[in-house]
Amino acid sequence: MNDHHGHAPTHHVTPLPVYFAIFFALMILTGITVWISRVDLGVMNFPVAMAVAIVKATLVILFFMHLIHSTRLTWVVVLGSFLWLGVLFVLIFSDYLTRAWVMY
Amino acid sequence: MTPSTLHDVRFIEPEKTRNYLNEDYGVFSWLLTKDHKRIGILYLLSVTLLFFVGGFFAFMLRLELLTPEGDLLTSDTYNKFFTLHGIVMIFFFLIPAIPAALGNFILPLMLGAKDLAFPKINLLSWYIYMTGAIFGIYVIVTGGVDTGWTFYTPFSTQYSNTHVFATTLGAFITGFSSILTGLNFIVTIHRMRAPGLTWFRLPLFVWSMYATSLVMLLATPVLAITLFLLMLERTLGVGIFDPALGGDPVLYQHLFWFYSHPAVYIMILPAMAVISECVAAFTRKKIFGYKFVAFASLAIAFLGFLVWAHHMFVAGISVYSAMIFSFLTMLVAVPSAIKVFNWTATMYRASVSWQTPMLYVMGFIGLFTIGGVTGLFLGAMGVDVHVHDSYFVVAHFHYIMVGGTVMGYLAGIHYWWPKITGRMYPEWWARLSALLIFVGFNLTFFPQFLVGYVGMPRRYHAYAPEFQVLNVLSTAGATVLAAGYILPMFYLFWSLWYGRKAGSNPWGAVGLEWATSSPPPKENFHVTPVVTWDAYDYPAFLKAMRETQNV
Repeated sequence: MNDHHGHAPTHHVTPLPVYFAIFFALMILTGITVWISRVDLGVMNFPVAMAVAIVKATLVILFFMHLIHSTRLTWVVVLGSFLWLGVLFVLIFSDYLTRAWVMY
Repeated sequence: MTPSTLHDVRFIEPEKTRNYLNEDYGVFSWLLTKDHKRIGILYLLSVTLLFFVGGFFAFMLRLELLTPEGDLLTSDTYNKFFTLHGIVMIFFFLIPAIPAALGNFILPLMLGAKDLAFPKINLLSWYIYMTGAIFGIYVIVTGGVDTGWTFYTPFSTQYSNTHVFATTLGAFITGFSSILTGLNFIVTIHRMRAPGLTWFRLPLFVWSMYATSLVMLLATPVLAITLFLLMLERTLGVGIFDPALGGDPVLYQHLFWFYSHPAVYIMILPAMAVISECVAAFTRKKIFGYKFVAFASLAIAFLGFLVWAHHMFVAGISVYSAMIFSFLTMLVAVPSAIKVFNWTATMYRASVSWQTPMLYVMGFIGLFTIGGVTGLFLGAMGVDVHVHDSYFVVAHFHYIMVGGTVMGYLAGIHYWWPKITGRMYPEWWARLSALLIFVGFNLTFFPQFLVGYVGMPRRYHAYAPEFQVLNVLSTAGATVLAAGYILPMFYLFWSLWYGRKAGSNPWGAVGLEWATSSPPPKENFHVTPVVTWDAYDYPAFLKAMRETQNV
């Protein structure tokens, strides 16, 4: 009630062609995901697959979930969620990546 | 609706108004209600019932441990009973008790709001909770589960032949009720505060509940996913945690504790919320260092996410990682200590009233401090290796969860009972009950520190004869504790009919929930209050009260 007194956020309507364009991009990226799973890129197998997945997720969040036209508070919530995911990953890998180190 | 000042809304005669209890009648008026106060009551009844179910298992464990031989329960039954005790108490009592029962009732009142932001979702959360609880009850009556409340792999996925799937599904479902409650609280606190109720005018209850809600929202989905993966591996053989299938059992512990350590703060932060309110009300002072206590809640919520692997020091994790987690564990003590010191400083040179809620507050501060300090012992790796999986650990977390959360819960029940029911509880019986609980609790759990430190492991139904004296003391304490918990059932029930009428503000406390009638009307306030005072501004309150009486 206090934070946004008097100025409700304007509702942005995304044009239909944008949705179709994003959908088309996602289809192509899915094709790439399938294609690179059959190509051996050595150590780059995982990073490339993850990079494609991240691009897809970003498109979905920005356009299908309307983040691109959302308030700063929504951005904080979304970025905060990824920060938490980062905490989970970094601290878990602090175990896995150093488990073989031996302390004498 | 015309905004009103504090003076206009404080002293409303309850007899002249309809209230949320007599607005509608019949079972469906309760089961289909969207009123946060009635949903709070539904939660109150449900968690109380499950508290006594969990308590039954605890009592049976203590009876078994009266003698060194495993003569009352078989080892299998004992395993099931301690598992069910943990699952029922944690997932179905401690997590929802204060936020979903008391928080539901009080939070919108404190904010000057008519209800939570999403009343239908609020009711849905209760139905989800009950669905999860029904799975729990189903498991209890059809043979139980024996994994421990932590469902550790590979036992839970490969070896246990008990109802692991149904139990984890119940916990999985109940988690969504927690997520929805957290979401509802966050949106309500952001969007539905009364005019003038700025962030730093909020009662500390609200700050603490906000921090709790953040943890509920960020941690609970991880538990849901983890339990889902466990169910997938158990039923379909998908390799996540089983090394033979390319998985890692320690990964389960990482994911489980990423939720379950913050879950400790889902349990304790709401208790701290109640304590702040009671300290202010019964010392008639503003909480010393208000902003520090407010931000300490958020700091606890944040740091609580960074310490989970201190549960895993002997699980084979990296020594370097363990050092980081050990250091981070020490940091959580700082905001917790800020709260304890600030409550104590508030009491310094205050004219303290020793009503029952304040007795529980004193119990909380002492017991939580012991629980917290022994938590630091366990956060230190060397000590943890020595006492891991011993009764020392059992004593430590009961000092936090029972000595902390249950004490806070009972303080809150007594403090807001006049608001919830419009009637006063009988003070003498309530004080007796608080005393029994404090004495019974210490007699139950302090010997467990000693017996654990000298080597008695947890989760066995038989033990070495030299541990018997301490175990007998502990069981004796449990009977006193049980009497202390059963007593309020009688006098609170009695007070519904025979208790003295409370009036709108029996404690003379500051806060919007005391500015409406008891019990409150369905819409909480007849006129929307406008807040012009800081939280716990007693001098201004007393001045306003004198002016009101002179009018």
